[in-house]
Amino acid sequence: MVETTTLDRTKPASAGNALLSVRDLQAWYGESHILHGMDFEVRTGEVVTLLGRNGAGKTTTLKSVMGIIGKRTGAITFDGHDISRASSDKIARRGIAFCPEERGIFASLDVRENLMLPPQVRPGGLSLEQIFELFPNLRERLKSQGTKLSGGEQQMLAIARILRTGARFLMLDEPTEGLAPVIIQQIGRTIARLKTEGFTILLVEQNFRFAATVADRYYVVEHGKIIDGFANSELEANMDKLHTYLGV
Amino acid sequence: MSINIQALLAQLLVGLINGSFYALLSLGLAVIFGMLNIINFAHGALYMMGAFCAYFLLNLFGIGYWWALILAPLTVGLFGMLMERTLLQWLSGLDHLYGLLLTFGVALIIQGVFQNYFGSSGLPYAIPDELKGGVNLGFMFLPIYRGWVVAFSLVICLLTWYLIERTRLGANLRAATENPTLVRAFGINVPRMITLTYGLGVGLAALAGVLSAPINQVRPLMGADLIIVVFAVVVIGGMGSIMGSIITGFALGVIEGLTKYFYPEASNTVVFVLMVLVLLVKPSGLTGRAT
Repeated sequence: MVETTTLDRTKPASAGNALLSVRDLQAWYGESHILHGMDFEVRTGEVVTLLGRNGAGKTTTLKSVMGIIGKRTGAITFDGHDISRASSDKIARRGIAFCPEERGIFASLDVRENLMLPPQVRPGGLSLEQIFELFPNLRERLKSQGTKLSGGEQQMLAIARILRTGARFLMLDEPTEGLAPVIIQQIGRTIARLKTEGFTILLVEQNFRFAATVADRYYVVEHGKIIDGFANSELEANMDKLHTYLGV
Repeated sequence: MSINIQALLAQLLVGLINGSFYALLSLGLAVIFGMLNIINFAHGALYMMGAFCAYFLLNLFGIGYWWALILAPLTVGLFGMLMERTLLQWLSGLDHLYGLLLTFGVALIIQGVFQNYFGSSGLPYAIPDELKGGVNLGFMFLPIYRGWVVAFSLVICLLTWYLIERTRLGANLRAATENPTLVRAFGINVPRMITLTYGLGVGLAALAGVLSAPINQVRPLMGADLIIVVFAVVVIGGMGSIMGSIITGFALGVIEGLTKYFYPEASNTVVFVLMVLVLLVKPSGLTGRAT
């Protein structure tokens, strides 16, 4: 508790309290020890981005918070509640929504059913009208089979359906991966808009140019540990270091 | 070849009745396999328990057929849910073989217990008064109860299809069949859904048992004989679609019936011959999605 961690060097843009607090998170996929003690926090109203190479453990971190990883130890606190032992449905009902890297659009459901699937976990979720305002394409495709949508449309659907739930803490895993620049811009605008509405977002992104348009703070993940962290205002100053970390 | 219309239609009716049971049972099996990934070999025994439940309701409590249609599926369904919670849930994620062996073992135990008390011979169950007799349609004589079995089975199958394909609950079920981890991460209690789904499949089997009681005798091994054919039906139809299971069930019943008229020697084996053919040509079944 007394050691200086990377957290102390970052100055969050908002002065909110820690909504999500992760301490010494270790996680395993079967026999593989993926996370070796993740320490970080996300404050209310922030957009925090986890950066790192492939295999660093960014997705595993999100999955650990969501409770869908095989084995995890450590302290995970959300909104004052200990969720480190909770099952994923209980975690979702605490007000956390997860948008996986593979999007997870169901082939056996049409777009409308995909959209309506996640239950309301908090009052105040976006209405269908508000969702169509953000993502107009979805309105015309309601009766299509979920997986018949393009990659960009599926990503929008994946984000749209968690916005309906009323969850105010969103975890987005690589939302811009494999998408056309025009769609990436749309997603960026959506995240910016959500930020102004007070959502708290934990983002995993390889594309740090995109992350720079929305993030307040960054953590760099390597071999399942946080090795660095800085605020968005310090991004330019840390560019060389970042290039080394990410091997680009 | 001169066709004896009366005999042909009689066989067609028998075929439709058998098809009703095939449809109800393969529907339950498909839903269970989709959701739990378990090849439920206990299905025949649970069908038998449905028939016995109707028998006990009548002979021990004086509760008649119409109540049995509701109470037997509920009772046996609850038993099925208990089975799922205590035995089947531990098999999740394991190879299909384990589910097959466990449910096969359970079937043998259930059937053995019933055989112990009731022997192998059949117990009678009367057709309810309201459905007795028959109606002369001109081209054939239709026993009312048999017409009822076909009509009611069709309605139940269509209601089940509607529940699964057109309702919110069904959407949850379909999604959880595809990706249970993600559905749970949305806040839906997937383990409970799995238990209820098993109960639904079992309930359908038990309902078939009640329908069957007045036609076939109520015997401990009545399910064992039927289940083998039902598995062949499921293989042919594939697990891909609910409607596929229903149509294949009825169709194979009719095919069996027609074979019994035109070439009786083959009637016991025609379904299995078709199964072999389907496996050779399209292993995932007629409506199955290739995995």
